[in-house]
Amino acid sequence: MKIHEYQAKEILRRFGVPTPRGEMVTNAEEARKVAQKLGVPVVVVKAQIHAGGRGKGGGVKLARSADEAAQLASKILGMNLVTPQTGPGGRIVRRLLIEEGLDIKRELYLSILVDRAVEAPVVMASAAGGMEIEEVAKENPAAILRETIRPAVGLQPYVARKLAFGLGLSAEQAQAAVPFLQSLHRAFVETDASLAEINPLVVTGDGRLIALDAKMNFDDNALYRHKDLMELRDLDEEDPLEVEASNYKLNYIKLDGTVGCMVNGAGLAMATMDIIKLAGGAPANFLDVGGGASADQVKNAFKILTSDKEVRSVFINIFGGILRCDVLATGVVAAARELQLKLPVIVRMEGTNVEQGRQILRDSGLNFTIGENMKDGAEKAVRLARGAR
Amino acid sequence: MSILVNEQTRVIVQGLTGREGGFHAGQMIAYGTRVVAGVTPGKGGTLHNDVPVFNTVAEAARETHANAAAIFVPPPFAADAMLEAIDAGLPLVVCITEGVPTLDMVRVAAALRGSQTRLIGPNCPGIISPGKCKIGIMPGQIHREGHVGVVSRSGTLTYEAVGQLTHLGIGQSTCIGIGGDPIIGTSFLDAIRLFHDDPDTHAIIMIGEIGGNAEQQAAEFIRGHVRKPVVGFIAGQTAPPGRRMGHAGAIISGGTGTAKEKYEVMGAAGIHCVQSPADIGQTLAGVLGKSVAR
Repeated sequence: MKIHEYQAKEILRRFGVPTPRGEMVTNAEEARKVAQKLGVPVVVVKAQIHAGGRGKGGGVKLARSADEAAQLASKILGMNLVTPQTGPGGRIVRRLLIEEGLDIKRELYLSILVDRAVEAPVVMASAAGGMEIEEVAKENPAAILRETIRPAVGLQPYVARKLAFGLGLSAEQAQAAVPFLQSLHRAFVETDASLAEINPLVVTGDGRLIALDAKMNFDDNALYRHKDLMELRDLDEEDPLEVEASNYKLNYIKLDGTVGCMVNGAGLAMATMDIIKLAGGAPANFLDVGGGASADQVKNAFKILTSDKEVRSVFINIFGGILRCDVLATGVVAAARELQLKLPVIVRMEGTNVEQGRQILRDSGLNFTIGENMKDGAEKAVRLARGAR
Repeated sequence: MSILVNEQTRVIVQGLTGREGGFHAGQMIAYGTRVVAGVTPGKGGTLHNDVPVFNTVAEAARETHANAAAIFVPPPFAADAMLEAIDAGLPLVVCITEGVPTLDMVRVAAALRGSQTRLIGPNCPGIISPGKCKIGIMPGQIHREGHVGVVSRSGTLTYEAVGQLTHLGIGQSTCIGIGGDPIIGTSFLDAIRLFHDDPDTHAIIMIGEIGGNAEQQAAEFIRGHVRKPVVGFIAGQTAPPGRRMGHAGAIISGGTGTAKEKYEVMGAAGIHCVQSPADIGQTLAGVLGKSVAR
């Protein structure tokens, strides 16, 4: 799960990571008030969307008075912010962070994430603050400092010092880096984060270390033990169909093709997208209905797929193992009938009771096309997507 | 022969008295697996479908001489169950549970280092040596005894590949679903090493997906050591970057972990790469030089 910068900073502050003073606002008047309250010569007006590169898209501006902050706020709020990470569609800005401007001497990069190769969290740091770490990794991988944090040991002070001196910080700043990094690590572990990124981490003119920007992502599998974090989810930042699908506990990702897919299992669902492409079509989505694929889930999946106006045909690809094909077919027929489905539906089933399943589809009197195997099903789905409507 | 599980495998089911654990233990027994004990804290001393239940894994292992565990407990308790099985010194632990928090797996991975346990999963269908032993949730009847080793990050996509093989009359020595999570017990490399050493495995199918570089690591080993033919497929050729495709570990991040980069390394290692998931069985048949008769 992703959250906004201002939310990440609130969490980090709670764990003792120094951040600039500031508040989130949703209109120009609030922006003016916060700017006044901050009482500093320069405030920063920052668009809050779940994507980076906001400055490049015009979503981050400096204001030298409360009036200017209000003016900028009214300009940025409601704008469609396009950044390298949003894609060409951009995102509507609905929230702003108004923050004190700082006297910045150096910009650094710092993050903690789980490295699957070492099976533990790693701290990454570089002197190239403000640059995307992927860029640094490509151009100058030696410039990235890495420290693995083993769970039994935790983040010891020497790790922070090692990184700090490696970044060329002064002895005093290296001392400050210890509580900074330990707080960041504690925030990472205690919130079950998958990423905590401070880019840039700044050294101010008076030598303090401050998290100028902050990004946190959380492990979806651990959200059950973080009810407070779940409330930070911003549905405006997600595709409406994906939000609806998540309400049904369906694993759905919208894509831009015309062949809707309904598959049991994530690997087979990805492979189904791939085979549609190989058949000359384009998948409209990734959709894993789960290993069980109950009648209810099939119905919910149909609802989601048919709400996507680009979908021209639906390809159901199910490998029934424990799930019997006759049970699945009954569910598909009931759902298609109840929803009065008009789209061509191609069903490829394999596994237990496959013949009974196919018979149920044929006997239903509904417009089902049977795929003899995965390839045949994909080819038929692509053909029907071209011809339908 | 086969790897990791066979007729001698004696299995403890952790979570036997739960809905999933009970159902799948029944399926495993019906397949011929020797399920010798269940573990549910507080239900020790009872019988569940004729299987004795114990309070702890250590006790169950001691009393029944079990040498493997299958874990079917819900995600919040799965790491604890894995750690308990590792602590009991079981040589093989298979965790089926989907949705285990990643930082829990960091602790489990740390406990595995230096232990006697091989963990398979979590978030996996399990392991089967056809005709001998099945620990997991895969449909037993689609398998057939033979000499092809199958290793995969997926569940139903593995069934698909196995189904294709069986249709073609090609049997399997052992099929392992290693799981779709970012941190798992047994990697592609581990499984490929085992198949490499198994005289009864004559060819290997490796089914990967986007995310991470476990397939590349295995490919490097294959290039240097494995003389058995290997057929490879990577799911997610059309997956958009930055999105988690169902499996927690299936994500292209920072432009790495793409199907294309995996295929390149696999191809360079001499693996027979398959672009279409429908061609996995046929390609293996071709590699084995079998006449393809349906």
